[in-house]
Amino acid sequence: MQPPLLSRRRALAGGAGVLAAAGALGSLTGCAAPATAAGPGQTLLRFWHLFGGGDGVTMQGMLDDFRTGHPDIALEASTLQWGAPYYTKLGMAGAGGRAPELAALHLARLAGFAPGRLLDPFDLDLLAEHGVREQDFPPDIWRRGQVGGKQYAVPLDTHPFVLYYQTEVCEKAGLMAGGRLKPISGADEFADALRAAKKATGQPGLVTETLGPDCITPWRLFSSFYAQTGGTVLSEDGKRLALDDAKALRVLEYLARLVEEGLMVRRVDYAGSIGVFNGGKTAFHLNGEWEITTFKTTGLPFSMTRIPALFGTAATQADCHAFVLPHQDDRGGAPNEAAHTLTAWMLQNSVAWAQGGHVPAYLPVLDDPAYLDLKPQSAYRAVIDDVALDEPAWFAGSASRMWIELGAVFSGVLTGSRSPREALNEARARLRTLLDTRNPLPGAAS
Amino acid sequence: MTSTTATAPAPVAKRAQDAAGRPARGVRRKWTEHGLVFVAPFFLVYAMFLVWPLISGLGMSLTSENITGSGGEFIGLDNYAEAVRDPDVWSSLWNTVWFTVLSTVPLVVVGLGLALLAHQLSVVQWLWRLSWFAPFLLPSGVVCLLFLNMILPSDFGLADQMLSAVGLTPEIGWLTDERYAMLSIVATTLWWTVGFNFLLYLAALQAIPVHLYEAAELDGAGAGKRLLHITLPLLARTTVLVVVLQVLASLKIFDQVYIMTGGGPDESTRPILQYVYQQGFTGYRIGYASAVSYIFFALILTVSLVQPLLSRRRAEEAAK
Repeated sequence: MQPPLLSRRRALAGGAGVLAAAGALGSLTGCAAPATAAGPGQTLLRFWHLFGGGDGVTMQGMLDDFRTGHPDIALEASTLQWGAPYYTKLGMAGAGGRAPELAALHLARLAGFAPGRLLDPFDLDLLAEHGVREQDFPPDIWRRGQVGGKQYAVPLDTHPFVLYYQTEVCEKAGLMAGGRLKPISGADEFADALRAAKKATGQPGLVTETLGPDCITPWRLFSSFYAQTGGTVLSEDGKRLALDDAKALRVLEYLARLVEEGLMVRRVDYAGSIGVFNGGKTAFHLNGEWEITTFKTTGLPFSMTRIPALFGTAATQADCHAFVLPHQDDRGGAPNEAAHTLTAWMLQNSVAWAQGGHVPAYLPVLDDPAYLDLKPQSAYRAVIDDVALDEPAWFAGSASRMWIELGAVFSGVLTGSRSPREALNEARARLRTLLDTRNPLPGAAS
Repeated sequence: MTSTTATAPAPVAKRAQDAAGRPARGVRRKWTEHGLVFVAPFFLVYAMFLVWPLISGLGMSLTSENITGSGGEFIGLDNYAEAVRDPDVWSSLWNTVWFTVLSTVPLVVVGLGLALLAHQLSVVQWLWRLSWFAPFLLPSGVVCLLFLNMILPSDFGLADQMLSAVGLTPEIGWLTDERYAMLSIVATTLWWTVGFNFLLYLAALQAIPVHLYEAAELDGAGAGKRLLHITLPLLARTTVLVVVLQVLASLKIFDQVYIMTGGGPDESTRPILQYVYQQGFTGYRIGYASAVSYIFFALILTVSLVQPLLSRRRAEEAAK
């Protein structure tokens, strides 16, 4: 009674079932970096990065400038999707022995990226020849690039969580003085500012991503304010849990109260939060500085400032983009030198990079008049001394398991599906699990 | 995964026999007689892309292998022990089962309803067939992005627009609210894949001999009685097939969730396959991810084996 098609369908469906369940994890082959020949007398330099959107445009422009000035280097840049997929590809390329000469990496992910096995150290003498030395960087950030006494990452910038404010709404709410936001200090003052803004517009005074696929902002929120209390999530070596319940609860309860009082939008995803702030009726937006390009493009009257000190210090969550040398069995010679050349050139030309909102890590640029003229980008440059990077752990850093898991946990506090106490217990349990899990990509020094 | 692919023993070549049926000795058979040579190309591909990954995946699940395929050690059943204790395994497995329960019923019932409807409507039958089957031809990415960006967004999405057209002002977070996210994914899946079940039912309907209906009509059976006593019983075999196929398809849910909610809000829609993906590709733990997928594999295998059993039982009953 059944046409033969059905039994074949069945077989196909069955086969697909096995494939989905098991085959997906079967033989994996790394993706090869495209091998194109450089012209005669040229050195091929492959550079992988994860800069899309506004950053992508900036990066392309900088790379084009580099090409113009370095005709002897055939630079081949690949833009890959930001986040977890990028690190998957980069790791597999390194393991497959087909790594590019140079790649971008988030500094806080270094510990989980097998320095010494998947990454090769920089040649500091070579960098010094190009005029890039240790003393040109904030010491903390420079040190984060070191593992076992070798420099595996050279920081390009720091990208902190900042406060965006809509100047017209803040003016109307009486929060401005002399064209700038009046200083806010303390949690109560910030809540008052939000109330004033709500009175002025009838809308919640603050919008930030509270939910969505792999939403990270709830983690950034918690991480920033918790750092202000002086607490740390992990011990300094990233090996033990150091969460302080009282401090963490203070932060989570405060955030829950803001939402309950209607001072902050309860349910909104990332794109939605940008849209709401762009709507021009919301006083404040908390996000990384990288959305500056978006709001500049739409012509919204806005400015940016450091996250106010609500719980003590003015610390804020951040990570850094850094350069790394993915492991090559035969690293050395002209391609390796070209990688160092590009790294140094990028640092020395990072004024262009700063347009996208990032604070350059290369200190000489911070005093460059061209940078100081960037408004509002240079207004929060002092943050570079107060950034709170994750403690070094294999599961920490941008788009890491810790961020994604805790992002989901703290999202529940904002949307009201979890009490602060429940969220804290859940966060604890998840951190414990991560700490108990062996680093799947052990490096030379871990 | 069905009996035909999983459990059937490799074909054993029949031994040559003489006219009396005794095994012949020393008779040289032609090399084509086995048929093996004809299935060799298929079998090679099958071995390379199914059998080998299956075996190597099972091997990996016993190690602490990472994504780069270096530095894994044999750790026995540790991964399995961890997986059984891992609450995320159970919650994502539950999400998978819950999605399967929620989606299978409407996909079967609506598929049957549409088939009955199309079967009755002799006018422009091709149009019904085309319009109900067409979504099934779209790739999952297209369907998911369509629903994600045009139909389900709060306020300006088609769903909310239609509700506000009838005087409601919903502003429902179809994909961002835990109460609706899974249902929205089910609805998307229903629209997308119901055409397949519809087609199976339609084919089965067309195979029912007309004289049965004529005889019933002569005996004075009304439309309801005819449906209840002729159509549905004769569709029973198809129903078993459709339900099993649907359960298997639903268990493998991944694309829609990955694109539309990423497993959120608060991991309430994360299926087991996404957890495997996260552990393996975000967390680099290929060994652990393999172990979790084998636990899931056992579940799929169990469901697959139910179908031939059911069919056989029915066949035996019919034979009595």
